[in-house]
Parts: sequence; C-alpha cells; structure tokens
Amino acid sequence: MYDFDWSPIPRAIPFLWAGMKVTLQITVVAMLVGIGLGTVIAIMRLSKNRVVSALSAGYVNLFRAVPLIMVLLWFFLIVPSLIVRIFNLPRTANVQVTSAMVAFSLFQAAYYAEIIRAGIQSVKAGQIGAALALGMSYGQAMRLVVLPQAFRNMTPLLLTQTIILFQDTSLVYVSAVRDFFGAANIVGTRDGRIVELILFAGAVYFVICFVLSTLVKRWQDRLKVAA
Amino acid sequence: MIDIRNVSKIYPNGFQALKDCSTHVDKGEVIVVCGPSGSGKSTLIKCVNALEDFQQGEIVVNGISVGAPKTDLPKLRSHVGMVFQHFELFPHMSVLENLTIAQVKVLGRKKEEAVERGLKLLDRVGLRAHAPKFPGQLSGGQQQRVAIARALAMDPICMLFDEPTSALDPEMINEVLDVMIQLAREGMTMMVVTHEMGFARKVAHRVVFMDQGLVVEDAMKEDFFGKPRSERAQAFLSKILSH
Repeated sequence: MYDFDWSPIPRAIPFLWAGMKVTLQITVVAMLVGIGLGTVIAIMRLSKNRVVSALSAGYVNLFRAVPLIMVLLWFFLIVPSLIVRIFNLPRTANVQVTSAMVAFSLFQAAYYAEIIRAGIQSVKAGQIGAALALGMSYGQAMRLVVLPQAFRNMTPLLLTQTIILFQDTSLVYVSAVRDFFGAANIVGTRDGRIVELILFAGAVYFVICFVLSTLVKRWQDRLKVAA
Repeated sequence: MIDIRNVSKIYPNGFQALKDCSTHVDKGEVIVVCGPSGSGKSTLIKCVNALEDFQQGEIVVNGISVGAPKTDLPKLRSHVGMVFQHFELFPHMSVLENLTIAQVKVLGRKKEEAVERGLKLLDRVGLRAHAPKFPGQLSGGQQQRVAIARALAMDPICMLFDEPTSALDPEMINEVLDVMIQLAREGMTMMVVTHEMGFARKVAHRVVFMDQGLVVEDAMKEDFFGKPRSERAQAFLSKILSH
C-alpha cells in the first residue's frame, strides 16, 4: 500500500501560488485577446465578401483541426527566438510566458469565434435593419445594437469555453513556463511526492472549475427566466 | 418627395419580386400600398430606403438617387423614418435610450437635447411614463408607438410604415392607427403598407394596389374605393371589406 505524505504541500504553497498566478495571467490574457480577435473573425465569417469569409473560415478550421499541444510546441520552439530577435531582448526576458499567451489567444480565438458567430446569428435579422434605417453605419449597427445583444445571449458559453481554457493552460508544462501544474510537478519531483502533488493539483483545478461552472449554470438559468 | 420609376428586383435564384414598379409620393401626401401577401409591397417600401436593393429602375428621395453608388445611404436613411411590422425596438436599451441613441450617434446631437426631444415625442404618443422601462415590459401596441416616436425623433422628411399593425392584437391596432392618423393630418409625407382600409379611407390621398410584383392600380382614394378598375383589386377589396 502506498504511504501518502502530504507534508510537502503546505511548505510549497508560496511556490504553487506563484505558479497559479502565471496560470491566471495566461487565462485572462488569452480570454480577452481571444474574445476580441474571435469577434473580428466572427464578423469576417459573416461577411458577404467571399474572400473575407473564406479567410476567416480557414483560420477557424485550421486551429480547430490541430491539437493544442502542437500549437504550443510550435510557439515555444519558434516564436520565443523570433520575439527575442525582433525586439532585441536579452534571452532572460519572460518571453516564454508571452508566447504561451499568444498561442492560447490565437487558439482560443478560433473557438470563441464560433460561439460569437452563433451569438450574432441569434439576434433577429430585423434588428440590423432597424439600426440601418435610423441612419447607423454597418459598424455602428453591429457595435451598438447587434453585439450587445449577442454577447448577452452567449456569455454563459463564452465562460464555459474560458473554463476549458483555464484547464488547458496546464499544457504549458511541456515548456519551461512554470504555471500551477508545472510548479506542482516540480515540487513533487523534488520531494519525491509526485502522486500527492498531482492529486492536489487535480483537486484545485476541480474545485475552481466546478465552482465556476455552477455559477455559469445559475446565470444561464436566470437568463432563461429573463428571456 | 419619393419617386419610384420602373423598379425591378430579381433575386439571385431568378425570382422576380418587383416588376417595373412606378409610383410617387408628393410632399405632404399619404399613400397606402395594399395587396395580397407576396405581392411585393414590403419589398418595394424597403427599396425606398435601400434596405433592399433593386436591379433596374430608379428611386429618388428628396432629389437623391437611392440606387446610385455614390449615395451616402446612412445619411439618406437618417432623414427617412421607418416603422416595421415587428417593431424592432432595441431590447437591451430602455425606451428612452431607444429614442436617443441614433440622435446622438447619427445626428450628433447633445445628450440633453436628444433626451428632451425623446421625452417630448414619448409624451406625444402617450408613453412618457414608460421612458425608463425596457421594450419587453410594454404591450405590442405600446412598443409600436415607441417605434414611431423613435423614427420621429430623427426629424424625418417622410415616414415609411411596413405593415405597422399586422403583428398586433386587434384591441391594440387603434392606438397605433390613431398616432398615424394624427401624423397624417399634420402633413407628414407617408408611405404606408397596410391592410387597414379604414385608415386608407380616413387619411390616404392615393392607394396603390400591388399583385405578384406589379403595381396593378395607382388611384386617388375615392376612385380606388369607388370603382377599382382592375378585377384583381375588386376581388381583393371584396375579400378584405367583407369581414
């Protein structure tokens, strides 16, 4: 029978917390950039211009057809050296975290874009007609009338996607980035308690994601009542 | 004010929704466009402010050609009020914001000025007390009156109504028609797609009857109701007036 020894965990809390901060940073940046970029891609996808629409469809299909871990590796192998060279940075710069953020942003944008596209299409077609009839430009109609309604409808889905993103950030352990999972891994290896640390990390991910999902679910139910 | 000359609209699938349609609305004139469903009347009125495009012919609104590539459509539309069958109020904004948003963002009016104008128009349609509410809290008739006020807030030179009462419960139709009748009596230039023949009798100057994409009849009100020339208009009238 395996003898559990949880004692390394309390001592490692500051180290693990530092890792959690990196995880949260990557998640928040990838969410914000991903939703911004995803909105642009979604609007392009709905464009009447076939070239614009095809470009957007190509982007979405490419990123959805490639495993995330490959995108990450590609970014870790190529982008950091590129960034260092372009901006003439010293090698020590926190370039790895930045490339993780870029990779997750680009990858998530493809998934967010599909949610946002569905959200835009859920807004009644007459709304854009009414906005245009008042003299708004297409951009104003989108920004002031269509997108606010679309985002309200799809907030639960966007948050659910963000919870998945939060879990996926653990994949950066393949690189030198020390996120929460990476930190747990390091502590576990160092103290010979890898099983305990991985169980602990799993429990932390579970609690955070479960609480967030429950909140999203409640919100979704409230939206249903309001609608 | 509105000149529609030989307009045809053909969809990419080959269906021709409008066939060589011509009519006009002079300043201060009220015309009612009627006809069976699928006759093209909604399509025609949407061509006037370019919410629908057309392939042949010309539409001139206040001297500006709607179909010309150089025309500043947002500017043109900001002078042409439009009321839709399904109201199309913005559900995420309060009633008052519905009335002020385009004044501020399109006409560039100051917020206070837009609010003042908005409240005045809500007063006029009898809904000032509902200003802070959201559209979803109002009845259909109230929503349509707000939609009329929203269009009027832009100080339009003419108003287009696309079946403004056909999505309403019968008991709410009159409150909307009353607002429209008052507007007509004040001299607003109006093009109204409707089956409300009572409204046509009361305030219309001319009636345009459409069927299968054609303008079948374009006559003074008295002539249209007195002695419609075409068989199709006669058949339509007898059906609609027999209720």
